[in-house]
Amino acid sequence: MLSLQEVSKSYDRQSSDRLAAVQAVTLTIEEGTIHGIIGPSGAGKSTLLRLMNMLEIPDEGRVVVAGKDWTAMSESELRQARRSVGMIFQQFNLLQNRTVSGNVSVPLELAGLPKKERAERVRECLQFVGLLDKAEEYPASLSGGQKQRVAIARALANHPQVLLCDEPTSSLDPKTTNDILSVLRHVNETLGVTIVMVTHEMDVVAQICQRVSVMEGGRLTDSFALQPREQAGAIGPPKSYREQLLVMEGLGDV
Amino acid sequence: MFDISVMLDGMIQYEAEIRKAIGETFFMVGMSVVAAIIFGLPAGTLLFLCRKGQIYENRAWSWVLNSLVNIIRSFPFLLLVVFMIPLTRMIVGTAIGTLAASIPLSVVAIALYARQVEQALLDVPRGVIEAARAMGASKLEMIVKFLYVEARSGLVLGLTTSTISFISYSTVMGIVGGGGIGDFAIRYGYQRFETELMTGVIILMIVLVQAIQYAGTTISRLLDKRS
Repeated sequence: MLSLQEVSKSYDRQSSDRLAAVQAVTLTIEEGTIHGIIGPSGAGKSTLLRLMNMLEIPDEGRVVVAGKDWTAMSESELRQARRSVGMIFQQFNLLQNRTVSGNVSVPLELAGLPKKERAERVRECLQFVGLLDKAEEYPASLSGGQKQRVAIARALANHPQVLLCDEPTSSLDPKTTNDILSVLRHVNETLGVTIVMVTHEMDVVAQICQRVSVMEGGRLTDSFALQPREQAGAIGPPKSYREQLLVMEGLGDV
Repeated sequence: MFDISVMLDGMIQYEAEIRKAIGETFFMVGMSVVAAIIFGLPAGTLLFLCRKGQIYENRAWSWVLNSLVNIIRSFPFLLLVVFMIPLTRMIVGTAIGTLAASIPLSVVAIALYARQVEQALLDVPRGVIEAARAMGASKLEMIVKFLYVEARSGLVLGLTTSTISFISYSTVMGIVGGGGIGDFAIRYGYQRFETELMTGVIILMIVLVQAIQYAGTTISRLLDKRS
């Protein structure tokens, strides 16, 4: 579905040496999987994710998405191609001055969809993330979890094949994290969208990823399959903080 | 002793002149506001986009634009008006009159507002541009559909501040026969020692500035959905 071949990226720094953020990384993301990339801060995870839709142009190597070599594309071809890859962010990056439906509508406007079809698609996407009742509100009145749902709806608007997630739950509380993860799992299962997720939260990876790659110091150091465990929190009634913390301490019954 | 009735009598006596002067001020300030929007907005946008780390990052352009804006802003305004006379004559055929006076005023307006635009755009979170790029937006789309949308209340506030400066600048336009309310106050109030009349005009200007600021603040608040 998506593969990076010997991709490297470095940045100029104030001092004379260059910061090698990503070094000769080769990685293949299988179609239909949820692939986690985990590692400490500054390991180059976010840069790696941005190389996948060429928000960062690699210094070396090739980026191949759905059989097409993105590294060989012109700027305008690249813009077109990016529409088939959705992206969500830790800080949501919504337009604060547009309503919820206005935000979901943006990528459709960029794609030149006529107004009527746009309204229809916006409804579908908001329905999918369960925020149809908030359509005319502004992001400022939403909670963090709701903002991320809007961002997911926006990312899905153009029927992407891949969804890139940059620390999607890192600014959310544990319960909201579970909500967002179940939305993402839903996206993966019902729409067949391949998901790549960068995070430093171990239990997020454990909950939904089928494959994991470990990144340290700009290199991939490990990659393996994982059996995602269904957490009770995602299905049954959410546990209280008391229960969650005591379980962590291994005290079992509360 | 200051006498309000003398002030009012004077203003009624010169009502026709005052009306004409206000009309001239509106014309000059109106022209410079239009110039600020048509040329200052793109100039300020370019000023922002050429900065380090922005989508048109370009040191040379950044330097040229910054220098131009700073040079225009550092001129004492009266000197700029005189200095620009040949250029004004080239553009409108004469250096005298209200239309001619609008030319140097517009030049300052463009430079002033460009700076305000740059500042307003700097307030837009970087993530917004990143989201725009990820969606495959073209550069023009990033500017119009993302940057301006998020910066719109700042753009309006900047224009308000600028407009009030333009009014202040316009008061010296008597030097090239531009007329306007400031010119009226100097000729009738100061040069003829009719202090009351001058005070009346100053009060008029205070009211005008208050009204513009109030309108600007209100519009900006209505446009701002960020909190």
